[in-house]
Amino acid sequence: MKLAGASLALAGLSACTKQPVEAIVPYVRMPEEFVPGKPLYFATAIPASGGTAGVLAESHMGRPTKIEGNPAHPASLGAASAIMQASVLSLYDPDRSQAIAFRSDIRSYAAFLGSLKEALAAQKSKQGAGICFLTESITSPTAAAQLRGILKQYPAARWFQFEPAGAQTAKAGAVMAFGEPVDTYYRLDGAKVILSLGADFLGSSPASVRYAREFAAGRRVRGGKAEMNRLYSVETMPTITSAKADHRLPLRASEMEEFTRALVEKVDSPHAKWISAVTKDLEQNRGSSAVIPGPEQPAVVHALAHAINHRLGNAGKTVIHIDPIEPQQGGTLEALVAELDAGKVELLIVMGANPVYSAPADLKVKEKLLRAPLRIHHGLYNDETGELCHWHIPDTHFLENWSDTRAFDGTVSIVQPLIAPLYRSKSIHEFLAAFTELPERSGYDIVREHWGAGKPDFETWWRKSVHDGVVAGTASPSKNVALKTKLPAPAPAATGIEVVFRPDPTIHDGRFSNLGWLQELPKPLTKITWDNAAMVSPSLAERLHLQNEELVDLVYQNRTVKAPVWIVPGHAKDSVTLHLGYGRTRAGRVGNGNGFSAYSLRTAGAPWFGAGLEIRKTGARYPLASTQDHQSMEGRSLSLAGTVEEYRENPDFLEELAEAPPRGLTLYPDHKYEGYAWGMAIDLTSCTGCNACTVACQAENNISVVGKDQVLAGREMHWIRVDRYFDGDLDNPAVIHQPVPCMHCENAPCEVVCPVAATSHSSEGLNDMTYNRCVGTKYCSNNCPYKVRRFNFFLYSDFVNPTVAMQKNPDVSVRSRGVMEKCSYCVQRINYARIEAKKEDRAIRDGEAVTACEASCPSQAIVFGNINDPASRVSRLKAEKLNYGMLAELNTKPRTTYLAALRNPNPEMGA
Amino acid sequence: MSAATPPLQPPIVDPAQTFGSVTDKISSIVLSKKSPLVWLVGFGIAFSLTMLLLYSIGYLLVKGIGIWGVNVPVGWGFDIVNFVWWIGIGHAGTLISAILLLLRQTWRNSINRFAEAMTLFAVACAGLYPVLHLGRPWLMYWLFPYPNTMGLWPQFRSPLVWDVFAVSTYASVSLLFWFVGLIPDLATLRDRSQHRFARFAYGILAMGWRGSARHWQVYDTCSLLLAGLATPLVVSVHTVVSFDFAVGLIPGWHATIFPPYFVAGAIYSGFAMVMTLAIPLRKIYGLEGLITMRHLQNMAKVMLATGLIVAYGYMVEAFMAWYSGNPYERFMIWNRMTGPYAMGYWALIFCNVIAPQTLWSSKIRNSVPVLFVLSIIVNIGMWLERFIIVVTSLHRDFLPSSWGMYRPTVWDWSTFAGTIGLFAALLFLFIRFLPMISIFEIRQILPQAEVTEPQK
Repeated sequence: MKLAGASLALAGLSACTKQPVEAIVPYVRMPEEFVPGKPLYFATAIPASGGTAGVLAESHMGRPTKIEGNPAHPASLGAASAIMQASVLSLYDPDRSQAIAFRSDIRSYAAFLGSLKEALAAQKSKQGAGICFLTESITSPTAAAQLRGILKQYPAARWFQFEPAGAQTAKAGAVMAFGEPVDTYYRLDGAKVILSLGADFLGSSPASVRYAREFAAGRRVRGGKAEMNRLYSVETMPTITSAKADHRLPLRASEMEEFTRALVEKVDSPHAKWISAVTKDLEQNRGSSAVIPGPEQPAVVHALAHAINHRLGNAGKTVIHIDPIEPQQGGTLEALVAELDAGKVELLIVMGANPVYSAPADLKVKEKLLRAPLRIHHGLYNDETGELCHWHIPDTHFLENWSDTRAFDGTVSIVQPLIAPLYRSKSIHEFLAAFTELPERSGYDIVREHWGAGKPDFETWWRKSVHDGVVAGTASPSKNVALKTKLPAPAPAATGIEVVFRPDPTIHDGRFSNLGWLQELPKPLTKITWDNAAMVSPSLAERLHLQNEELVDLVYQNRTVKAPVWIVPGHAKDSVTLHLGYGRTRAGRVGNGNGFSAYSLRTAGAPWFGAGLEIRKTGARYPLASTQDHQSMEGRSLSLAGTVEEYRENPDFLEELAEAPPRGLTLYPDHKYEGYAWGMAIDLTSCTGCNACTVACQAENNISVVGKDQVLAGREMHWIRVDRYFDGDLDNPAVIHQPVPCMHCENAPCEVVCPVAATSHSSEGLNDMTYNRCVGTKYCSNNCPYKVRRFNFFLYSDFVNPTVAMQKNPDVSVRSRGVMEKCSYCVQRINYARIEAKKEDRAIRDGEAVTACEASCPSQAIVFGNINDPASRVSRLKAEKLNYGMLAELNTKPRTTYLAALRNPNPEMGA
Repeated sequence: MSAATPPLQPPIVDPAQTFGSVTDKISSIVLSKKSPLVWLVGFGIAFSLTMLLLYSIGYLLVKGIGIWGVNVPVGWGFDIVNFVWWIGIGHAGTLISAILLLLRQTWRNSINRFAEAMTLFAVACAGLYPVLHLGRPWLMYWLFPYPNTMGLWPQFRSPLVWDVFAVSTYASVSLLFWFVGLIPDLATLRDRSQHRFARFAYGILAMGWRGSARHWQVYDTCSLLLAGLATPLVVSVHTVVSFDFAVGLIPGWHATIFPPYFVAGAIYSGFAMVMTLAIPLRKIYGLEGLITMRHLQNMAKVMLATGLIVAYGYMVEAFMAWYSGNPYERFMIWNRMTGPYAMGYWALIFCNVIAPQTLWSSKIRNSVPVLFVLSIIVNIGMWLERFIIVVTSLHRDFLPSSWGMYRPTVWDWSTFAGTIGLFAALLFLFIRFLPMISIFEIRQILPQAEVTEPQK
């Protein structure tokens, strides 16, 4: 009776809340190769300024979850940078613009088309004289063709381009040197001596991933071979490139031109000794050296670098010139502002670019934009510029649209979608189609038509190109260009404290502001997260009595911005570096309000540096969330290093630095590992400290972003971190990077102290973490000498947001509050390989089980595999003389070992 | 100390006391006297702090232990510092009631009752922390070996599991010992109380005690047995607690000196706490005749002795760090002395090593206010010792890249203050409802007892 009553009550309850009708539909025909639980990989490409990167996107049941490199693509070669990895997060960013809006009211696309039609009709008679397009750099051949088509239709319409951290000076330098615009890239595999003139080619170039691979290959010391390339680096703010340099010269940005002239023209210079040694080294390697100017360097430095490269016979060998991958250049932002001032702009279309936030302050774009009577914004976010436009049309994410794009060497990739657009967004092609006779064409048709749909063999070509992720034979041929001899007269050197602007190492020019993975990714040199800072040298800090986190007023050309100070060992004296990309107001919930906007000091005339900065103390403090509070290794043998010379003389030189107790030195019997025994070796000579592994791990293992206050409290969650130490003279120290994942100790200190056996030893030597069993004593973390364990102090994982949930890797548990977590050697990937191998009744092959960090590493520094197999790559690495275990003297028997870093200093440079 | 009292020492109890006066004096506090204003105010404050504790625990359960200052590398902070501190405080009670009973140190009779109560309440406070410090406190029962469908035991190699056994045994033996000791006095209260409810309640608790010779015989056997059981606990509990650290491989933890050094420290802090409580109590309730200068002097001597052992521990720690030649150990001690928590280290040395040296002087040992101040200094010092051991060892261990700082948050402090409140509130209730001095044991040591009962 009671039971009946209860069920009646329940029935009544369910009758009251009417359930929505949700039809479930079974697959009548299963999509090809679509097996639940089994990920599929599709080739696509990430459009980016200066050149795309080809990737393979991992798709779980129709959800792209992770980005891997595309081995067939020249800018990836199978690896993926941190920014590439994080691009999947922007697909699911809940703050992405989701609706077409007119003055922030939601409208239909038809309403927009109607309004646009009216505006265009008014322009038709004047040949489009009032139409102005403002775009970012466009690497898509289809989009460029579409724009050209529109400009043909409206001959008086104008196209402007704005890229806040673009390579305009490099283009100007090419014109200065050769009289024609050419793009230049490098073949570092053939370069024995490399001189970087402020170029962070390992970190922030469109071809960085490839450069890192080639550069590392030229430095790899294995077995008897002990040949290494040599890198010289001259720059203002240390980067990961200079951290790898064998010799580094800190130089004010304004002195770079003088330095380069001294190098070319052999004139006297305060750095004569340095220059003569470098020159000699370069001369001895004619045709196999490279001088690489940074994209932020003045045009004349580019021109001078071209001159040196041509003189050394490097052109066509290590230095390749090609036709620009973006053949048509629009006008500059300054020109657009002039037109706005003149009132000649009636219809302004802003595509992607965000000049209201990122334009130089002296252009006053925010006010002047309003002079255009009709403003249309097309972009991924309804950002600072979108806010000031009448219409906002959401752009599609590259994982949602069809497009095409070109790599640094001209190679074309077809961008294919992995998922239907999540929101009512229009791709750039669909948006541009709105200006044509066929305003509602699909992006798919437009891209296919551009590449010649309908032609014989097109379908075969198309399928192959889409499948491979690269269009065969589209790399631009090397171009022979002749050097002009006339160079402009030297500019007078500036005095006083200079301000230097650089794109941020993680969020670039601010476009990635709302990506938590990148915000929380420690900057490679400073280990700061969530903020930018005024980077100063120790000597300047001493002179002005500045301290870390001290808030100062930076006054430059009558503009002021408040910035916290951060002292960077190795920074050039009397110079302050500001990273772009922070201080945003409409980036989204993640990106808003972090740091300060360096753009608010920047001027159009001197976009990268200028003298006359004044630093005024305010007496206030601003906390900066650095993940590493201590910068010195304290003389401990942690990240070992030597020179290739030492290695040649005595390959066993490491034995004096690192000692491990004999393996039998324990009361307990050893673990027995029959079958597989997983292990990892990390080559510190190859590692550039680029952080790709950290983000790859974050994407693969569903690692939470915790926010600035939690990083300040010391609770960041990265399973693999990159430690950074400074060694030696603080004005120009050696910089050491060391990735630290879990060591998977055979005598793991964490395992014995867990009271509930939540962390335990697997039969294959993995130190497994059972989240469900963990009660959270944190004893394991306390007892871990490597401090690689991470704890969920709060409920860090987002269990609420549906789009965020879509990114999660279904093969990895999403951790809840109160449990410990740490690197698992990507056990889910090992098990995937195991299942595949078992199906074929064989052993897992070497290289089949690949951890996420290993897969993403651009320089192939991380190698994972079965150490029970003496022929595996990891076993061979562990047999190298340079192999050592960190803190092996504790008898933890770490499974992750390191290969000591070797440098190749020039004996002529002295110490 | 021998049974024969040297003539210079003050007597254990005021010779003017008689059976009747003792019984009246002690039982009247519970039964007839009005609670003094100090009690009401004190209990009010303690009760408010207990509410603060409940609020802090509630917030902790809702939000997670991130509300505290713990992080990576410092995974343990105030939680474990306070746990060890409270457990240590409890030790004096057990020592007084068990070891001194076995050694027939009759001077203990006036202070053992509330020292035991203090033990119990301190253990109650201590016991909260290991549960609360878990990321998922509701799963704390997984640390007990109980049959379960998961087919899993605790991981017996972990000192935390040993802790569970040590502390739970300690709590249950202490409770039992305390309660058994109370039975004759509960019967006294039953017999003397005027109120029906009180008579009923004390009657239930007295478990039918009639004071027959048989009862006394069973009672003596039982308390001796319990004392025998509790004696090893004095040594074992803090030894096991010290294993939490000594078994770890962190420099500053991984040391063989830890067990004796912790036990001495525990007794040291325990006696300091007994002193801190006894001095105001005897003043407020006029018990100077029962808790005499003799008690205070003896406790001061125990503090001096254990304080010297603790000082030796600090010395050996520093010496071994240097002598081992191990750079991590050397850095650890150097960091304690000169690093960001150096203030704490030197304050600890002052509180635990320098200040107690004044106890060599009999003048100081006779000055009640100085003893009171010293006892508080030692309490602070012992808390600092645990803070230094837990935090400074963790915050800078092997890899400089992972070094960090521990900054206690408002919730760390509120939980700490809350447990002090809980401790005090329980103590106030104890004073109000139970005889804070053992009536029958005082009667045993009165001159009256010796005169009237000829030796058999």
